[in-house]
Amino acid sequence: MTDSPFIIDQPEDMVFRLNRRTLADPEILTREQTEIFDKSWIYCGHESEVSKPGDFCTRDVCGRPVIFSRDSAGDVRVFLNACRHRAAMVCREPCGNTRRYNCFYHGWSYNQDGELVGVPGEDSYPPGFDKANFSLAEPPRVDSYRGFWFISFNPDIKDLKEYLAGATEYIDLVADQSPSGEMQVIQGTQEYDIRANWKLLVENSFDDYHLLTTHKTWLDYMKDSGVQVEPPKGQGLLLPSKGIGKGLGNGHAVIDNINFRGRPVARWISIYGEDAKEEIEDIRTELVERLGEKRAARVADTNRNLVVFPNLVINDGSSVTIRTFWPVAADHMKVTAWALGTKEESERARARRLDSFLTFYGPGGFATPDDVEALEAVQAGLATWREVEWSEMTRGLNKEGEQLNTDEEHLRAFWREWNTLMTVDA
Amino acid sequence: MSAKDISRSDVEDFLYDEAALLDEWRLDEWLKLLTDDAIYQIPSTDAPDSDARNALFLIADDATRIKARVKRLNDTEAHAESPRSRTRRMIANVRITERDGDTLAVSANFSVYRYRRNSPLRHFVGRYEFRLRVTDKGLRIAERRVILDPTELGTLGAISFIL
Repeated sequence: MTDSPFIIDQPEDMVFRLNRRTLADPEILTREQTEIFDKSWIYCGHESEVSKPGDFCTRDVCGRPVIFSRDSAGDVRVFLNACRHRAAMVCREPCGNTRRYNCFYHGWSYNQDGELVGVPGEDSYPPGFDKANFSLAEPPRVDSYRGFWFISFNPDIKDLKEYLAGATEYIDLVADQSPSGEMQVIQGTQEYDIRANWKLLVENSFDDYHLLTTHKTWLDYMKDSGVQVEPPKGQGLLLPSKGIGKGLGNGHAVIDNINFRGRPVARWISIYGEDAKEEIEDIRTELVERLGEKRAARVADTNRNLVVFPNLVINDGSSVTIRTFWPVAADHMKVTAWALGTKEESERARARRLDSFLTFYGPGGFATPDDVEALEAVQAGLATWREVEWSEMTRGLNKEGEQLNTDEEHLRAFWREWNTLMTVDA
Repeated sequence: MSAKDISRSDVEDFLYDEAALLDEWRLDEWLKLLTDDAIYQIPSTDAPDSDARNALFLIADDATRIKARVKRLNDTEAHAESPRSRTRRMIANVRITERDGDTLAVSANFSVYRYRRNSPLRHFVGRYEFRLRVTDKGLRIAERRVILDPTELGTLGAISFIL
């Protein structure tokens, strides 16, 4: 086994190299499970998915089955989905509302608060057996920021808000789209897989360098639909016209750019149709009244692709996408994506948002399938990692100050944190 | 001609011809089987009965978007289908579930096998819900809804071809 470092990070010499082994070697994945996933705050779900007491969604987080739910007092709760008797899953439905979580194997049952309330033949247990000792277990840490709920299997992790660091500014920009501050995950989940290492999707989710070549057919489609696809010239009011890429602390990073390809909140483009113009103007007026001209422009006229370390992506552009992904193997990941909308939006605005989502995103979109292909092509090429050890990741490294979204400073920010966590106990 | 003049075997012949055009990637000819207001939809696997106006779908194309999809797939820079998938469609259990004026509702099961490059076989199973319109040029597709049976796409990857 090679003793080479994972990254070579020498900005003073204009060097940043990534060891390709980090994307291909199964031993790395084993280490990531304990050093990355089990040590970080991990996205679990959005509060709108469980709006009433008894609502639940089951999902896998860090390889553990969990129940993301709302308890009888109306609080969001996360339970480990394993019976305290013999570990069988107590909830096997994807989503729903329930009074009880029942383990069908021997019949133990739990209430909405995770308390064990039913044990068939309880009198056969010896004295001292107390149901109060067998509530459903919960992850060591559970917390939320503006409706986004995270869990951590690291009891000593810093508080969520401190962990999110500069990412909070960008989550705020998403949540501020809603007049009430409440966003809603829309029904319908896109679940697909990619035969590639999970970190390649981290990179791809905010790598603007690949847009022109990988997504040429999507750009053609936008052009055919009458949308201006070139960045506007001389419009450096909010950001450099080409946008910026930057780290936000703790491995989170973002690309942030001026919108010119349309936003449901609130930037009209021809593809939405003439009849949408008035409503989008109304949405914008509400933003200005609530947030002021400057903040409204920041919310409405800029896009952002945010990576919350390690595996949450919030893309806020032609629609709002929540995307999370899990390694199945070093060369295989499962992806889950949801659309997020404002709670108050009209039926027409909701339909427009969803339509806008599908032009680019998802396994049937005009762009995502080409990203999948790109990542799978990379993974196939990575089989040469023993012969060609390093990937160059120096775009923008010679620049003082702000880096462009087509540079790689934001990728380096992710990899530096990853490297720190992977080497801290070595 | 109205819907009541159309038999199940007429519908089967039509669906088999459509499947052959898609398997052979004759997409411009396939477009001619569609009405001017055709829609092509694949709901997300966890919301198979939902409406594309208020649920996130995998695909929800109107006629304009279907044409754009074909244009994209005819471009060698649609990387996900360059090289193209090889598909083989099996269509069975064809049923006419409703006849109304010039429109037929048709349900059919499908089993679509897909090979691409050196990837393992990807097998799509589910049912089609068609609305077919009787025109003086023959049957035409007004609505083509693909309901997938898998609870998640799992190992199926992207739906970059026309399913």
